[in-house]
Amino acid sequence: MRTSTSGRVGQYAALLAYLVFLAFPFLWLVSTAFKSPRELGSLHPTWIPRDPTLDNFRQAFDEQPLLRAAGNSLLAALAAAVIAVLIATPLAYVMARHRTRLAKAATGWVVVSQAFPLVLVIIPLFLVLKNLRLINSLVGLVMVYVVWALPFALWMLVGYVRAVPTELEEAAAVDGAGRLRTLVSVTAPLLAPGIVATALFAFITAWNEFFFALVLLKTADKQTLPVVLTHFIGAEGVADLGPLAAAAFLATLPSLVIFAIIQRRITGGMLTGAVKS
Amino acid sequence: MTLVTATERPARGAPRAEGGRRPSGHGTWFLVLPALIPILVLSVGPLLYGISLAFTDAQSGRTRATQWIGGLNFRDLLHDTLFWESFRIGLVWAVGVTVPQFLLALGLALLLDQDLKLRWLARALAIIPWAMPEVVVGVMWRLVYNPDAGVLNETLRTLGLGDGRDWLSGLSTALPAVIVVGVWAGMPQTTVTLLAGLQNTPRELHEAAAMDGAGAWRRFRTVTWPALRPVALAITALNFIWNFNSFALVYVLTSGGPGGRTRLPMLFAYEEAFRYGQFGYAAAMGCVMVAVVSLLLALFLVGRLKGGDEA
Repeated sequence: MRTSTSGRVGQYAALLAYLVFLAFPFLWLVSTAFKSPRELGSLHPTWIPRDPTLDNFRQAFDEQPLLRAAGNSLLAALAAAVIAVLIATPLAYVMARHRTRLAKAATGWVVVSQAFPLVLVIIPLFLVLKNLRLINSLVGLVMVYVVWALPFALWMLVGYVRAVPTELEEAAAVDGAGRLRTLVSVTAPLLAPGIVATALFAFITAWNEFFFALVLLKTADKQTLPVVLTHFIGAEGVADLGPLAAAAFLATLPSLVIFAIIQRRITGGMLTGAVKS
Repeated sequence: MTLVTATERPARGAPRAEGGRRPSGHGTWFLVLPALIPILVLSVGPLLYGISLAFTDAQSGRTRATQWIGGLNFRDLLHDTLFWESFRIGLVWAVGVTVPQFLLALGLALLLDQDLKLRWLARALAIIPWAMPEVVVGVMWRLVYNPDAGVLNETLRTLGLGDGRDWLSGLSTALPAVIVVGVWAGMPQTTVTLLAGLQNTPRELHEAAAMDGAGAWRRFRTVTWPALRPVALAITALNFIWNFNSFALVYVLTSGGPGGRTRLPMLFAYEEAFRYGQFGYAAAMGCVMVAVVSLLLALFLVGRLKGGDEA
């Protein structure tokens, strides 16, 4: 297809506008993180810090228990991702391979669970977890995260399972391999990359999550990074900008790195869900 | 976001299960149970429990047993002007975010589908808002909107467009300001989804239309859009639901202020439940939110699907 030169110029101009719109807030965050308090207080802020400093990072760690919070986040996200994938993979397999009523019901649940506002879910969960003495506990949070990550994990995994040809499994069955044996030694290895991608995605989702953590975790020693980040913003909405920016920047890094790794796979997985027949 | 493909699945995925095995009873159950139990105990159960709470006077920290009060919560809600104001703001926010989100994402997806240089950079950047914790997105835009140290006011000053203002605490600017953030935060996911849809449209048709002398707009109308429509409808519907139920962004940006101008229904219900402890009443709000959103979506989807046959 041919596009005229003026058309090309227009396209590049539009692309540039998008690039600026998408990138500038993040660049400003990074810039603010390296500015000295004096510079932040002065009028006419600049894109490049005049005298870059690491003080904000030091101060951020002094003001709030960031390391502790990062540890909590890591623990909760890791546990949630591993458990979610462990229990979702078998169900996704059934949903992809069999058309039972159960598989249909599971698909229905995946769709419906997206529509409900979290308030309607969190109030009963809060009451249940309170009875189990799991409020202000990472165990309770992980339980909630697992179920919360399931719809998406199921959806991705169903796509990946579909991409594994049934012929391979049938061949294994003909060769006398039992059902479990077939799953473990034929299907699972082929699914492995998809499972890893799903786990990483579940990890990011849990690492970034805020609402459940806000409701369920009461004390600073249990809270996760997103909740602790909001403590930098005072009651009046006045924030200590430098440390806030520094901490926010650090909290984003893990997600960005992981996302960069799995980006291709996620879009790929989405396509297999739609295209592969 | 992968849910988007749901609408297309039955037709294309149909051949897969044919010739497959019958589900053998025992084998399936042990595969299903590990996920089914948590789903029932921690999702389906609580959801039903939550709905039933809406018909009780449940409160936090009360010693007296909760009682069934029928539709009393809903009757109170009907006269709760604050709630309906919040509901109105929620709808303005959801539409105000979803529509520009879709248009901007469509534009970007069409660009990324072209053979342009710097495309890799745009793809990489488009991921940033998606990967970020919502809280960080909120923090980041607070820095952008900050009246003194923010880049927005500084840019306005440099361009000689006045001194700027305190965007997030101005009564008239707060809602538009948070809507911009909502659009920014949700664009990548929509873009990636639409791009996936675009890459499924038949190239040959496109080329044939170009040969026949169809202009870019006509090609879009007659070739691209019909193929993209199911994906576009699905992602728009999902975006609307997600946006209407969103919480963290606005909580961090304004916590619902100034004067409740950005108090989305989720923030309202959160305060009702966890600040004032009115669990039953907050659950009733949740029910109303689901009901109204489902109704709106049903109308939207039915209207769109019908509209498609005539076009």
